[in-house]
Amino acid sequence: MLQEPFAVGNSFIHRIDPRFRLISALLYSIVVAILYGFYPLIASVVISGLLIRTAGLNGKAVLKRLALVNGFVLIFWLILPFTAKGNILYTIGFLNIYEPGVVLALQVTLKSNAIVMAFIAMVSTMSFSTLGHTLNSLGLPQKFVFLFVLTYRYIFVIEQEYKKIWRSIKIRGFSPKTTIHCYKTYAYMIGMIFVRASARADRVYRAMLCRGFDGCFYTLSEFPSSSRNWLFLVMMIFLSAFILLMEFCFYG
Amino acid sequence: MHISEGILTWPVLASGTAFALAGTAVGLKKLKTEDIPKTAILSAAFFVASLIHVPIGPSSAHLMLNGIVGILLGWAAFPAIFVALSLQALFFQYGGITTLGVNTLLMALPAFLCYLLFKPLIVKKNHSIALAAGFSGGAFSVFLSGIIMAALLVFAERHFFGVSMMVLAAHIPVMIIEGIITMFCIGFLKKVQPSLLGT
Repeated sequence: MLQEPFAVGNSFIHRIDPRFRLISALLYSIVVAILYGFYPLIASVVISGLLIRTAGLNGKAVLKRLALVNGFVLIFWLILPFTAKGNILYTIGFLNIYEPGVVLALQVTLKSNAIVMAFIAMVSTMSFSTLGHTLNSLGLPQKFVFLFVLTYRYIFVIEQEYKKIWRSIKIRGFSPKTTIHCYKTYAYMIGMIFVRASARADRVYRAMLCRGFDGCFYTLSEFPSSSRNWLFLVMMIFLSAFILLMEFCFYG
Repeated sequence: MHISEGILTWPVLASGTAFALAGTAVGLKKLKTEDIPKTAILSAAFFVASLIHVPIGPSSAHLMLNGIVGILLGWAAFPAIFVALSLQALFFQYGGITTLGVNTLLMALPAFLCYLLFKPLIVKKNHSIALAAGFSGGAFSVFLSGIIMAALLVFAERHFFGVSMMVLAAHIPVMIIEGIITMFCIGFLKKVQPSLLGT
């Protein structure tokens, strides 16, 4: 269910210290999120595209992820041009297409894609366990990191339990319909998943205690320090400043 | 329901993030280390729920389960939902870094309110009161999520009014389904393992 198609690689970005990548991604995303102007937005889409390129990712897989995001954006295209009133751009029959609506929908599209591409290039390129340790070494609370890592582990447990129960329901001839019986079945299934998964979680936790778990995670992997990391961070700060400057110069 | 990247304006994103972080911080503070595995289970269930599709007439909707998560976790619903949403952002690009805060807020705040309002009724001995509270809790949390989402969209940009009304309308069937599922699920847990509900 959970795949990390981008986590493995040997590109320039893959070799940057994950902490530097996470901070750069955060900074850059925040800057893009506050943009309005078209030139800076287009510049950010180009920069994010270049980041994807630098990470040497499989274009098809990236497009698949982007398709999902653009599904939500599509709702805006279906509604905004007709509801955000202003100058009329076109008239089709009784429907008016308004300029502010189209402008807004276009802004939303560019922004979403720029932020998501940057996220894929910088954050999806690390494996989950690396991210857990990164959060740890960035000083996030221990409890948070513990919860984060355990949740990831339990997703697979829940998925197994879900599939197991689903199979047995199917064998008994269940077919989903809009009936109370069907909703009851789903509800009992979810309840059963909770019961089984929490019993299992309890066993796992006791086993961890037996092995001396004290609420802390210790990481064995050290992030090698290298001038490349700083180079990357400075570059991302520079690029963020550049699009921000563009925003202020053109659009005040 | 998530708000994607690039839609909201920065004041909305910033204030949403501030509230979500405050809730998460309090939740973490109140969370005991030995309770983390249970919280993680519910957080993982919340994550998986978004992949379980339930039929509604000719169409289908995925479950949200924030009502149940809230009832079972209380304050810890904030960190649990925050973590589940981070994972969804990471693996599916639902939501993302800048919208993590607002998405946490719009899912976790109703969950927490659901805990405050309905938990005391659910732990009562009377089975039908508990079921009614379960239904109300499930429906209420989805409804409130929809309201918060619509409000955030309108705060960000008044032109989003049409979109936000459509989002809200889409929440109504989900709300009813979620109410029914939460009701039966609470009834089930009360019979099978009341300790999960803290009774």
